[in-house]
Parts: sequence; structure tokens; C-alpha cells
Amino acid sequence: MRFSYYPGCSLQATALEYDLSTRAVLQRLGVELIEIPDWNCCGASSAHSLNETLALALPARILALAQKEEVDLIAPCAACFNRLKTTEKVLREDPARGGKIERVVGFKYVGGFEVRPPLDLIGNLIGLERLHNMVQRPLSGLRLVAYYGCLLVRPPEVVQFEDPENPQLLNRLLQALGAEPLEWSYATDCCGGSLALTRGDLAKTLVTKLVSKAQEAGAQAMVTACPLCQVNLEMRQEEMPMLYFTELIGLALGIDENWWGKHLIDPRPLLRTLDLSD
Amino acid sequence: MRKVGVFVCHCGRNIAGTVDVERVTEALRSYPGVAYSIDYLYMCSDPGQDLIKEAIAKRDLDGVVVAACSPAMHEITFRRTVAAAGLNPYLCEVANIREQCSWVHRDDMERATLKAIQIIGTIVEKVHHDEPLVPLAVPIARRALIIGGGIAGLQAASDIAAAGYAVILVEREERLGGRMAQLSGTYLNFDSTADLLSEKVEVVTRNPHITVLTRAQVEAVGGYLGDFKVKVRQQGNDKEYEVGAIVVATGYDLYPKERLSEYGGERYPDVIDGLEFERMLSPTGPTAGEVRCPSDGRVPQEVVFVQCAGSRDPERGVSYCSKICCMYTAKQAMMYKMQVPQGQAYIFYIDIRALGKGYEEFTQRAMEEHRVLYLRGKVSKVFPQDGKMMVWGADTLSGKRVEVAADLVVLATPMVPNADAFGLAQKLRVATDEYGFFSEAHPKLRPVESLTAGVYLAGACQAPKDIPEAVTQGGAAAAKVLSLFSQEKITHDPIVAAVDSELCAGCGICVEVCPYEAREIHPLTKVAVVKEVLCQGCGACLVACPNKASHLRNFAPAQIMAMIEALEGG
Repeated sequence: MRFSYYPGCSLQATALEYDLSTRAVLQRLGVELIEIPDWNCCGASSAHSLNETLALALPARILALAQKEEVDLIAPCAACFNRLKTTEKVLREDPARGGKIERVVGFKYVGGFEVRPPLDLIGNLIGLERLHNMVQRPLSGLRLVAYYGCLLVRPPEVVQFEDPENPQLLNRLLQALGAEPLEWSYATDCCGGSLALTRGDLAKTLVTKLVSKAQEAGAQAMVTACPLCQVNLEMRQEEMPMLYFTELIGLALGIDENWWGKHLIDPRPLLRTLDLSD
Repeated sequence: MRKVGVFVCHCGRNIAGTVDVERVTEALRSYPGVAYSIDYLYMCSDPGQDLIKEAIAKRDLDGVVVAACSPAMHEITFRRTVAAAGLNPYLCEVANIREQCSWVHRDDMERATLKAIQIIGTIVEKVHHDEPLVPLAVPIARRALIIGGGIAGLQAASDIAAAGYAVILVEREERLGGRMAQLSGTYLNFDSTADLLSEKVEVVTRNPHITVLTRAQVEAVGGYLGDFKVKVRQQGNDKEYEVGAIVVATGYDLYPKERLSEYGGERYPDVIDGLEFERMLSPTGPTAGEVRCPSDGRVPQEVVFVQCAGSRDPERGVSYCSKICCMYTAKQAMMYKMQVPQGQAYIFYIDIRALGKGYEEFTQRAMEEHRVLYLRGKVSKVFPQDGKMMVWGADTLSGKRVEVAADLVVLATPMVPNADAFGLAQKLRVATDEYGFFSEAHPKLRPVESLTAGVYLAGACQAPKDIPEAVTQGGAAAAKVLSLFSQEKITHDPIVAAVDSELCAGCGICVEVCPYEAREIHPLTKVAVVKEVLCQGCGACLVACPNKASHLRNFAPAQIMAMIEALEGG
């Protein structure tokens, strides 16, 4: 299996561990990733709320580069994924706006490839059964809650991924790894990540609530697929480790992990108590 | 060649404002084969029609062209006029110089006038070639088929049978009564629906004119107004019935609560829909009328009702108001309070739509006498916490967030068309709207007729309705059926297809393309024949026939060619 790969800015900085684990896991699962050359910002941080043309033109340039590869594009960051899907929808369905963006970027969108988050690739294309069969170290005894946030599943008509109200794939994936995903009711509640700079107080309130609800459910750690959620949730409290699902896959597949040290809340003491880490 | 009279209508300023009607009249006067022409302010008025009648008598006309509005508007009017003057009505044609000329060329009087002359010229050519026709007599089977034994179907059946006509009532389920049989009581006066219904069912089952077929479904429908042939399957056996009219009363389903995952409709037992709550309130229901939490059987102390749970939500494809929920939710909250006086009932609403006699007073009673707490806002989320169902919502009047730890959540989910409705609509060749409800012939003036002649609509198969509306419509559909049955004979437009048997090779292509099953290959002569009462004159067979053996009466090839030549000559 070959896919093109768009890491985006987060995966080179705050979410470096997401990038490392995603690449390592996909390699183990037999996926060849081609990082698209000369990629640029997706515009999620500010362009999308300030300038519509720019907000569409930036991801369109990434799509233009990906189109040349003629394979599906993997975008691990939920915000990048969301912007790419939004732009893709405009290019597919709105000739007036789409045409303008094409002129700005200087390409013609022909499609023929899909933009996917790694969760879709691993959970749906590779399949949980195959993943389960490759597990070397089941994550037995690890009690987790899956936290989706907003960007991966909303708006549903744009991202066309999972049920935006009750997404389940992450839970099933954690189960396939041998961990114990817990029922809780806050998987798609807002973490306040978009208010991180403007209303830190609100973000803190939301994060505190999410963490306490996760604790009530009995979770030892929270699992996410969004770098914005992860950094926001991890830096505003000190108790609950925030893990990328790809890190846990790596752990279960027995990949020699080298990304744990990146975390503000080190999950290794927890993993050690369950004999999952040295 | 006929002696054709041309009658040019001003339609006030509608036509005369753009088309120079006097010049048109003058031009037509010298048109070949035109014996007379005149213009008048409103040709459809009585004096206008008298002009036509007089001219036919005095000038011995044997063809009439009225240049006026669309034939959809007044063709029937003018054909009646010429018939009254003793002329065959099919020798009268309408030239449309309003919708297709004056209205669309307001800025160019010169060219509009020339175009009007051309249009009228083509119709003059058509009249020259028109044959006098006689409407086809259609037999009427004075027997009605009612599809659906809910309250609308029962009403229609009993009204038709009361007039002495036979009724076949087809019901999919084992018992008559439909959705109404599942309800606990009615709003306004809390009457037991079981009692109300048993009276109706009694009337229907005892009437010797009514044949009730339960656990039965319509398999196929052939034929036409007055002479439908309907195949009904009952427990594996097919039987064909000949009926003159059909009333569709297939009712509704509820939008599945499982699709409302933000309310946990698919995963929490204490989140139920309105019909489940009705069953709970009903003495014949699973709890014998006691309100209980499905999860553990406890008596709920806090019950949250969510109105518009899916309705008025274009994102879900349900943009419409489900209409009955405001009222039945008020009723349910009151019935709960009567049973659990110390309990608290909350109703989240967007608007309260209490449009009906006594309806507004009823919802006020819920608030004032029964202390039901109405909160104007939507519920965003329902989830379990500490053994309760947490309901997150907003009260937009106070601008505050609301959290209720409820024992039971009741979702007023939208009414949607019955799951079988679309397949049935196809069998009946009746149109449905974007949501799958049966389409009425006219939203204001023909609410219980479909656009398919002889097929009538009653109740919630057409749109969300409550019991009194369904009863009204059942009665109205019955009245339509009875006015049909009371006619001595019914006629069918003679503009139908015909086959030149000399040219027909019997290939059968026309039999396949005919959407109305109006054609067959004759078993002995091996050429195509037209079942005229089924033919709708659509012309599909004309196009399909490789030998040009098919033609439509008064649209003969020579006629069409003459019309085209008139255009080219002009």
C-alpha cells in the first residue's frame, strides 16, 4: 500500500510524537508513505477565520501536490484533515469558488484520490482484525477513554467520516490492541483548543471538566487523534496522560518506542505499573 | 377545407398590451381557410363565448381557433362553447398567445405581434386536419379499494359503504386501527383511543358491504379510473379485485430514534420515543398503563420531553414541522403528572404550535394546572450519569444553560412516510414529494386527490396529521369516491394513440415503452392494438415505432407537418 503523507506543522513540533509513531506504525503495517514535496501550511491556525480565499488556496496547493502522486493522502492532524476536506468539497461541488481557487493555485482539480486521517487508514482500510493479529504486546489492564474532539468528525457533510455524535472506531481500535476502552459521554465535547490563546480561562474550565469526567469513568489515560486537543489537554493539567492512538498501536505492535519523552505528562510510570514499559 | 373562425382574445392588457390584437385579427382574416376573425376583450366571458356561438351559427363555421391563454386554462371552456353551438368540440383548438407570446415578449410589440400571427396560423392548420372525435365511455366498477385500516381508512370505508357501495379494505397488520390503536388517549379530552376506535372498527367489520382483508398487501395495480385491477396478496394468496376508485391511507412511521445519537436514542433504554411512551400510558401496553423506566422499572420522578427531536432539521432531511408533537407532548406530560403528581415534567420546545380548536387552551392547561415546565430551547445532548439521564439544554428565554438529571427522556421524533409508501406509490403511479409523502393534486383546492385519476389520499400518508384531520380527510376522500360512483358514466379523452394495422409489423416495441400498459399485440392478428381507456396520449409509442404505424388522434403526422410548414411560410 502506498500513500502520500502531509504532516503539517504540528507534527514537526508539538506533536512530534504523533509523527514518529504514525510513521513507525504504518511502516510496520506495510504502508509506504511518500511525504509530499514542498508542502505548505494548511491555514488552519488563522487563515481560515481571516481570509476565505487564502483559507482555501493554502490547502488547495497541498491537494495540487498530492494529486500528482495519484494515491490517497494521509493527513494525521485533525485540523489539517478538516481544512483539506473543506477545500476538497469546494473544488468538487462549487464551480465558482473552486474555479477561483484553481486559478490562484494554478492547477486543475481532477480528484481520483481521497484525503484520509490515519485512523481511517488503519481502522478501515487495513482493518482492525489484521491489526489485532499483529499485536505482540496486548495492552491488558490499560483503562482508556477515547477523545475525538471536534475537527475529525465535524461537520459531517464535509469530513464524511464517523457519526459525529457517537463515533466508535477509536474504541474498537483500542479494544483490538487489548486495552480497555471505557464508556463515557464526552468524546466529542469541546476541549477549548481554539480558545487556547484568547480565553485561556475557558479552555482551562473545559479541560478540567473533561479530565475529571475521564477520571470518573475510571480512565488512566486519554487517547486522541488530534494534535490540538492533545497539547491543550496535556498542558492545562498534571494528572491525566494524553496519548496518541498511534503511540499505543506502536506499543502493542512491539515497536521500539522512542517518543514517550516528548510528553509533558510522562505516561511511562503508568505503563510500567502494567508491565507495558521498561 | 374547413371554414375556420379565429377568435382573438385581448385578455384585458395581458395580451393586448404586448400584441397588436387588431392587426393579428386583420392578418388572420386573409389567412387561407379562415372564414371569419374577430377580437374581443375577454373571450372566456359570457359575451365572448356568445360571439363564438353566434359566429358558428351565422357563418356556418366548422372549425374554431381561439387565440388566448394556455389550453391548460380554458380549452375545456371553449370546447364546451362550440359543443353548445352544435359543433364537435374536438374541432376547437386554443392558440396560446399569452404564456408563450405576450407574457414573454413584453419589450417588443412588433415581433410579439408577428409571433402571435404565426402561432395562430399553425393552429389553423391543425384544425383543418382535426377529426371530429367522441369521448370514450369508460365502465365504472362501483367498488372502492381502501389501502390502510387506520383511522383515515376506516372513516373512508364506512362512509362509502354507508352509501351502499362495496369496499375492499386492505390492512397490512393483523388488526384494524393503525397507529391510533397504539395510542393511550387523545389530546383535549383524554378520551381512550381504544374506545373511540372500537366503535369505528365495529361499524366497518359489521357492514356487509365492506370486505376487510387483514395481513394483506397490494401487489400490483393495473387499469384506470373506474376500472382498476388490483392484485392483493393475503397470506401468500393472490386475488385480483376490480375497483373503480382507490383511497390511499397508509399513514406514517416515526423517524427512527436510533438515528438521534446525540440523544442516545440507539443505546440508552431510558430514552424512548413518543409512541413508546403512548404504549406505556396505554392500559393495554407492556406496563398496563403505568409509567416506568424501561431500564429498571422504577417510577420516573423527572421526565424530560424533547420536542422537534429531528423535525425542522434540514441537516437530517426533515425540514418540515411534524405538526402533532406539540399537542401530544402536552397530553403526555399531563398524563404523566396525573399519574405521578409529585414528579416533574419538562418540555423543551422551539415554538409551541397549538393550531386548532381548543389546542392553545390545552397547552396552557399543561403549564398552569399541571405545572409542566416549558423550556424554550433545544436539547444538545443526553447521556447517562450516576444512574440518571443527564439532559443538557438551553433556556433561550433566560439565556441560561439547563442541566436536568432525568429518569426518563421522551423524544418527539418526526412523522415520516410509511416505509412501504414509496413502493406503493410506484405501483399506483402516484407522485410523492421530496420526503416520500404522497403528493396531492393541488395543495389548496384538491387536498385529497392525487394527480392520478381515481386515486385519492387520506390521512398522514400525505403529510403529518392528527386524528381529527385524518377523519376529515377520510370523509372527504369518500365524498370524492361517491361523486364518481354516482355518475351514470364516465368518459375518457379521445386524444389517444391508434395503430395503422397495414404498417404495423407486430414487433412489440410499443408494448414495452408504454408506461400505462395500454398496448398489446393482438393474439390473432399479431399487430399492436391500443387499449384506449388506458392510453394517456403521451406519445411514447409514436416515437418508438420503427414503421411509423402509431399515431395520436388529432396529432397525425400530416397535421404536424402542415403546422411546421405554416411556421416556415410565415
